[in-house]
Amino acid sequence: MIHDPINAPPPEPERYELKSLPIHHFELARREFFRIFGGGLVIACFLEKGQAAQESGRGGAGFNQRLPQDIAAWLHIDEDGGVTVYTGKVEVGQNSRTALTQAVAEELHVSSGSIRMVMGDTDLTPFDMGTFGSRTTPTMSPQLRKAASAARNVLIDLAAQTWGTRRERLVAGEGEIRDPETQRAIAYKSLLKGQKLSRAIPSDDPLSPASHWTAMGNSLAKVDGKEFVTGKHTFPSDLKLPGMLFGKVLRPPSFGATLVSLDTRQAEAMTGVIVVHEGDFVGIAAPSEQAAERAIAAIQAEWKSVPQQSGKDLYEYLKKNAESQGDHDDRTPVSGSVESGLAAADQRLQATYTVAYIAHAPLEPRAAVAQWEDGKLMVWTGTQRPFGVRAELAQAFRIPEDHVRVRMPDMGSGYGGKHSGETAVEAARLARAVGRPVKLVWTREEEFSWAYFRPAGVLEVRSGVKQDGTITAWEFHNYNSGAAGIGTPYDIPNQRIEFHASKSPLRQGSYRGLAATANHFVRESHMDELAHTVKMDPLEFRLKNLKDPRLRGVFEAASTKFGWGKIRKRPAQGFGIAGGIEKGGYVATCAEVSVDGSSGQVKIVRVVTAFDCGAVVNPDQLRNQIEGATVMGIGGALFEAIEFEDGRILNGRFSRYRVPRFSDVPEIEVVLVDRKDLPSAGAGETPLVGLAPAVGNAIFDAVGIRLRSLPMAPNGINR
Amino acid sequence: MRGATTLLGCFMSNVTALHVNRARYPIDVDPETSLLSVLRDYLGLTGSKYGCGEGQCGACTVLIDGLPRRSCITKVGTAGSKPITTIEGLQNSTQLHPLQQAFLELDALQCGYCTPGMIVAATALLKSNPDPTEQEIIRFMEGNICRCGIYRRIIAAIQRAAKLMKEGRT
Repeated sequence: MIHDPINAPPPEPERYELKSLPIHHFELARREFFRIFGGGLVIACFLEKGQAAQESGRGGAGFNQRLPQDIAAWLHIDEDGGVTVYTGKVEVGQNSRTALTQAVAEELHVSSGSIRMVMGDTDLTPFDMGTFGSRTTPTMSPQLRKAASAARNVLIDLAAQTWGTRRERLVAGEGEIRDPETQRAIAYKSLLKGQKLSRAIPSDDPLSPASHWTAMGNSLAKVDGKEFVTGKHTFPSDLKLPGMLFGKVLRPPSFGATLVSLDTRQAEAMTGVIVVHEGDFVGIAAPSEQAAERAIAAIQAEWKSVPQQSGKDLYEYLKKNAESQGDHDDRTPVSGSVESGLAAADQRLQATYTVAYIAHAPLEPRAAVAQWEDGKLMVWTGTQRPFGVRAELAQAFRIPEDHVRVRMPDMGSGYGGKHSGETAVEAARLARAVGRPVKLVWTREEEFSWAYFRPAGVLEVRSGVKQDGTITAWEFHNYNSGAAGIGTPYDIPNQRIEFHASKSPLRQGSYRGLAATANHFVRESHMDELAHTVKMDPLEFRLKNLKDPRLRGVFEAASTKFGWGKIRKRPAQGFGIAGGIEKGGYVATCAEVSVDGSSGQVKIVRVVTAFDCGAVVNPDQLRNQIEGATVMGIGGALFEAIEFEDGRILNGRFSRYRVPRFSDVPEIEVVLVDRKDLPSAGAGETPLVGLAPAVGNAIFDAVGIRLRSLPMAPNGINR
Repeated sequence: MRGATTLLGCFMSNVTALHVNRARYPIDVDPETSLLSVLRDYLGLTGSKYGCGEGQCGACTVLIDGLPRRSCITKVGTAGSKPITTIEGLQNSTQLHPLQQAFLELDALQCGYCTPGMIVAATALLKSNPDPTEQEIIRFMEGNICRCGIYRRIIAAIQRAAKLMKEGRT
């Protein structure tokens, strides 16, 4: 059977109309909340001023659509003392489930084991833009702490009423309120028995300072780690619903190709196979994965391809198609005059750098299970933006957002690569056509070809330096790869820094560290070039031009641990250093490499990274993130690159696209600079940005060759 | 080529039972089906993961007759009546396998998607080499990808498990 929507009536287009959300008060929603979640105490925490546009909040669909729009998260303590926290952030391997659990435990004074986090469910959790940009720790964590702190205060009030005593003498600890004078104690659950209490909290409750932390600041292990080591955890691709079919989509042979003719008779003749054809979308649903594969292979299709830019002249193309006028914002400053700075310099340098497209290649490819019931759509999918995917689905099927529920089981990572909802839309399309739940898991090849990439870029620098090492001019242009981390932390009087958007031949998007990796690679490589030009030690040269105390701090911490300037160099061995500031984190990385004389193969022997992200929430998990970022950085630094031609990805599988493996991994040492006096910044991304330039600078130190293209040595170094 | 193997598949009889984690599972599937898909979709043992479909990432690693095999490129017909062990079969009712214990203790996981394949491959390593050096671990585990990149922790966890197992024996 073929479902053909061209001849079928359109799917209720009139029903999709934008209507402004009514204004509600939290008190109006509380009755419904308790109906759904049961009695006890519920705390809703509101957004900080100015966060609303880009962070959590902005009422959602279903239950939370009837809540005020500026709620960031809420917390519920049931009558048995169980704590459930609802946040739109998701867990993708960065261990935010654990870190946020610590945040609640800290302020509520309960064990982490009694806290359950409900994350990324568009019907249950307040709206959230998505999990990206290292925002969970700096924004969601304080929100949850405030909610927990407010809950603790309510419990103290209840205990004070119960005992008829002053609240000031009572303290919270281990899930109970205590009166130290009388040595009385009462458990939270006893206080909440039969209660239906709610509070909406302002955002200015005082929080416990990092110097007093007991739950935060500790190395709590991944809260549900046991589920993972035993294989019990249900990833999005593991889900199974009763009556579920397996979906598969026919892919065009190249990007932008359109369908000319189609013959699905053979596939339709297969037992249990249903073919779905809607315009250029051709998919099937079948009773098993194998049947789905066979059916899709049996479809005869003719496609008309359109000319596509190939990888060969990529960098010329990006330059040619760039907007001539660069973007200017806070990150791309203009100060002084580059021309006069260059005139005042003793030495001038000019260099061009390039960065290739690379793939996220999360080990779990995109996956979704979709189910329609009474015109409503439920989708379980792996995504960093459940609410974004909900909007995509609502738009694709022209239904109101409150008819769509997206749920996000903790997934097999994303690294910025799972912001979009392609698989969710495809699975929902198939499920609607066949009238049964459909599961769709992309193959590795699909993930490589039909997701999106970290942007490629061309970067140009002009600079001037005095013989004493003072930088007088800095002009920096980034074509296409992005503006994050584009500014320089060094004190340069004359600078002009511009990002130029361009036309990308490949679909591009977010990536862990995104443009900061390219911009740091170029800036820190060029800093090294300048240091060598004036014959100064690269570390000394940086410090001479740098006032920022936190960045100086990590440079000093990393170089001390590394033994910078103290280790005697052997032939073909090299040392490099690089650092920077990004997303509130301060990073410095030292690398040791060795270059094989005959093969030119580069081996990264040792990496030391010092990182300052304010008060450390979980030291071991932070080390874990820094180690992982270091290794992920090795791929993009040395050998990862997407090859493409005529709208096809040429190396879209693990046998052709090399990612870091066990044998690529150096000795990694991490120095944590724990600033208990400063707010915590996110840490999943920034530790990556110093790796590539540190390695490039070390290669130059080893063999005297300056590598200005990422990846630097996919086939070793040609001399 | 595909047509030929499919045709051949028609003549081979279906696989009617599989021995997984010391239990016998009656099934009725085409012998050409991948073992991974049978484990996940027919037996509900979803601990073994799909990562690449070409035996390059190790996420689907299971033991067949005690040897590590990529179940995504193993046809169920070739597994026959041999005993198969998956991640679900490593612990006994009361205790985690020392490798599972060590991965937890050293937090040798981030997203955890590669973890089952890593642990199953490492059980095979420790069976053949109870006290591997770092280089031996790297060589044996090279076919398993951890995209989160925490190979150092995984090496340390395997070494820790080796120690736990040695202590358990003495």
